[in-house]
Order: sequence, then structure tokens, then C-alpha cells
Amino acid sequence: MGVPTKKEQQFSVREMIVENQARQHWTKRMEKLAPKFLFTLAALSVLVMLGILFTLLFETIEFFRRVSIVEFVTSKEWLPWNEEHGSFGVAPLVTGTLLTTGIAMLLAVPIGLASAIYLSEYASERTRRIIKPALEVLAGIPTIVYGFFALTIVTPLLQKVIPDLEIFNALSPGLVMGIMIIPMIASLSEDAMSAVPNSIREGALALGATKFEVALKVVLPAAASGVIASFILGISRAVGETMIVAVAGGSSPEFTFDVTQSIQTLTAYIVQVTTGDAGYGTTIYYSIYAVGMTLFIFTLLMNILAQYISRRLREEY
Amino acid sequence: MENKLDKPLVWRRMKGRLVQNAVLQAIFFAATIFGLIVLALLLSRVIMQAIGWLDGDFLNSFPSRRPEEAGIKSGLVGSLWLMMIVAPVSFILGVGTAIYLEEYARKNRFTALIQTNISNLAGVPSIVFGLLGLTVFVRELGLGRSVLAAGLTMSLLVLPVIVVAAQEAIRAVPQQLREASYAMGATKWQTICRVVLPAALPGMLTGAILAFSRAIGETAPLVVLGIPTFIAYLPGSVLDTFTAMPLQIYNWTGRPQEEFQHVAAAGIVVLLVFLILMNSVAVLIRNKFQKRF
Repeated sequence: MGVPTKKEQQFSVREMIVENQARQHWTKRMEKLAPKFLFTLAALSVLVMLGILFTLLFETIEFFRRVSIVEFVTSKEWLPWNEEHGSFGVAPLVTGTLLTTGIAMLLAVPIGLASAIYLSEYASERTRRIIKPALEVLAGIPTIVYGFFALTIVTPLLQKVIPDLEIFNALSPGLVMGIMIIPMIASLSEDAMSAVPNSIREGALALGATKFEVALKVVLPAAASGVIASFILGISRAVGETMIVAVAGGSSPEFTFDVTQSIQTLTAYIVQVTTGDAGYGTTIYYSIYAVGMTLFIFTLLMNILAQYISRRLREEY
Repeated sequence: MENKLDKPLVWRRMKGRLVQNAVLQAIFFAATIFGLIVLALLLSRVIMQAIGWLDGDFLNSFPSRRPEEAGIKSGLVGSLWLMMIVAPVSFILGVGTAIYLEEYARKNRFTALIQTNISNLAGVPSIVFGLLGLTVFVRELGLGRSVLAAGLTMSLLVLPVIVVAAQEAIRAVPQQLREASYAMGATKWQTICRVVLPAALPGMLTGAILAFSRAIGETAPLVVLGIPTFIAYLPGSVLDTFTAMPLQIYNWTGRPQEEFQHVAAAGIVVLLVFLILMNSVAVLIRNKFQKRF
């Protein structure tokens, strides 16, 4: 035994035991409370999902009390503001969304995939360490900034090439959205391709294949599940993208596949209604929930599909 | 023995394949820097447009109908107020969920459900979170178009990102540290509080700051909540209305006068500088405090 500390001088042994027990009592209580508390926090995330689902569901049901679901799905006219000939056919909004998404993917898939191949198969470790963070910067720029690019820089540029292009159109926001999605596809595909073991590459190289042949015929098929999943996530992202199309896509829901025309996407319609003054309780107010529900179901299915593909089709090495 | 190889043919083919490889390598490289070049071009255009408009007055003025007088003060301060809600709420919720999933949860159906649910939530478009916030926070709970309503909506939006980052940070803490702590007689909760969390904190903070910067730049949910853009006062409490930087930029972008494009460009530069500062802090934390085990 060393020199008694201050504490030991002040307390008798009995008192120290009592004090220790009191402290242990607290420890034990915390031990029991902590997991319960943390479980509540974790369960909250499920609650959020249920919250989204039920809000959309209740308000959508209210909408379908006023507008028939058949009209919503089959009519090709979206004229919510027309008092006499009001029509709620979601098709024009869906084609608007598909148009911008299609343009975005036409740009993002080839360039994103090419970047992924370059980064995973050709680039040196040093190059990769410079380019990857730079691509992440591209992904971190707020979408409203991309919207500004589309409206004030890309559209005027495109108008020089295509004189018929309207100020609001599907082409410009589609292209800008593609640029926004490139880093996402590049990074997810690169992850999938880097996960392919080197021994397989070396086997192909030893047989005399060029790097390109290795990438195309060996690495890409092996990483196909991850690459395809990245495309699907890209589509889902483009469908849910709001500010770019709200700023540069226009607000005329037309059933058209003409990319030079002004269109309206699902998301842009919600923005239009909520920035305007459609009163609470009107049919227009409830329509944004039906449109939101369409959006939610579509993106959810896409995400589940992406998860399924990357899990089921993955080759294990 | 006769040599069956047609050497000239092999050489020709080989050359073709090597040329193909070289050409495609160049194309792949061009594709990789394409995005970066476009980014550089667009940013330089925005900065050019902002020159002459971005000054002390711009930072210190409220929005105005006249472009020369318009400023971003209420948006800048509003975004900071928003962070005061988003940062603590989403961090506590996210880290708590991550600790539960990594340290306590048994491998059962419910845990799998939470995990799948989080990755699904990450894929829900931000505008849908706006609809949730509009219905639950603005209307049902009667919070109105306040900092609190917007902050809670944004917290839920960035929650999945924080959970995933925190889970990765906790997973990176080696098992030996926990075992050493148990061997010293520490309980599970004591081990989590005093060993696991301190070791995982830098990783958690880095992920969280990146998530916060996403919340700073997010516009769509605020639009859906009906947060106003034209506000000439600063919020005094979390129940006051406010406006945020990206909303201001959206408003200016949509105005027909040419001058407002310059104002919007100036606003974008302020927003991007703000985001760069936040990201630098994240990188700094990662480089300075992250231990490799």
C-alpha cells in the first residue's frame, strides 16, 4: 500500500463501498437505457419513410376523390388551371421527365463509363488521386447553380447552333443534368471495376490482350452488375432532379418529344404550384401529392432494382 | 518444322490492336477531363459575371427590387440559422442510429429493414422530403414557414448520408480497442462512449460536414415548404420565417432583367465560397485527427 490519497483519508472503507455502489447503480442504469434510447433513434428512420408514404398516400387519395384515377393515368392533357376544361392527365409531365432524363443519360452514360474505365484501367495512382476528388467537387455543386448554368450559359450557346430553340427547353437542362450525373456514374462504376481482382486482368494480359481488350472483354463483364446499378441510380437521380428543370425547362406541360420545346417535368410542376398561390385544399394543391407519389414510386422502384442487380448479379471472387 | 504463323499478318493485326488501344486511351482520358473542363468554363463565366457586383455592400444588403441594391444578407444569415437546427438534429439522430446498428443491433429482420430503409431514403428525391415537411411540420405541427420547420425537413433529408458515414467510421475502429476496454472492466456503454466514439469521431465529423454542405445548397425542399425569398429582416428565433442563399439565387435567376443575372452570379460565388470553406474544414479534420489503425 502506498501513501493514502486524499480520498482514502476522508472516507472510511464502508463509505467508499457505498459510494462505489451508487456509481455502479448509475452505470447499470445507463447500460440498460442506452440501447433503448439508441433503438428509438434508429427506429425513427423507419418512421420517416412511413411518414413520407402516408402523407403522400392520404393526400393522393383525397386527390383521387376529386379526379378519377383513369383520367390521371390515361389523359394526355395536363391543364390544372383551366377552370372549364381542367384536365389532370399526368402523361405530359411524365414525357417531360423522360425527355430530360433521356438526354441526361445519353450524355452521362458514355462519358461516365469512359471516365470509369480510364480511372480504373489506365490511370496511374497519382492521376487517380488528383482526378477523383475533382470529380467529387463536380458532384458537390448545388443543383440551383447547375440550373443557372443551363438557363444563362448553355441555352444561349445552344441557340447559336439551333436557332429554333426556345428559351425554356428540354435539351439544355437535360445536358446540364448529364454533366451533373457524370461523376456519380464514373465513381460508382469505377468502384465496381476496381473491385475486379488484378489476377484476372493479369491472366488476360499474359494471353496477349491489350489494355483496351482487357477492359472491354474481361473487367467490364465482371463488373457489369455494379456498372448497370450505377446507370439505374443515375436515372433515378435525373428523374428526381428539380432545380435544373424548374429553372431552365419551362412550365408548359405538353405531350411532346421535341427537345427544343418548353416542357414541364413532374418535379417542376410541384415547384410551380408551391411557388404560386394555389390555396390549401384546392384540387391543384392535392395534385402535387399525386405527382409526388408518382415520383416517389418511380425512384423507389429504381433504387430497389439497382440494389437487387448489384446484389444478385455480383460475381464473387 | 514448317512455321504456320503468318508473321506479316500477325504484325499487321497487332499494330491495329495497339493503335486501337492508344486511340481509345486518349478518348477515355478526354472523357474523364470533359466534366472538369466544362466545370472550369462554367465557373469562370459565373465569376466573370459576378465581378463588379460582389462587394461588401452585396454581403451587407437585404434583397431589393433594384438590382444595384440587392444583397444576400438575409439569405446568408438564414442559411446559418438553418444550420443551427440541421447540424445538431441530424448529427444526434444519425450517429445514434449508426451506434445502434453497429454496436447493439442483432442480426435480425428488423435490423435488415432499418438498413435497407436507410439506403432507400437516400434515394428519395429531395422535393419529396419537401412534401413531407410541408404536410407534417408546416401544417400538422403548425410550425409555419419557420427556421425550425425547414431545419427539421433538411435534417431528415441528410440523415441517411450521416448514418452511412458514421457507420463506416465506427466499423473502422478495430475490435482490439473494444476488447482491451472490456478487459479493463469497462461496460459496453462505457466502451462505446470512451473508446469507440472518440476514435470514430473524426470520420463521423467529416461525413457530417459533407452532409451539412449538401443541406446548405439544397433548394427544392425549401421551395416546396413555401419559404419566402423576399425578406428584409433577420430571424430572431427558430420560429421566425427566414430565407436561404440558394432560394435567393433561384429568385434572382428567374427575374427577367439582365442585371439580376449578375446578382445571381454574385450569390452563387458567395454560396460556393461558403461550401468550399465547409469542405476544407472537413478535409482538415480528416487529415489532422484521423488515425490509421
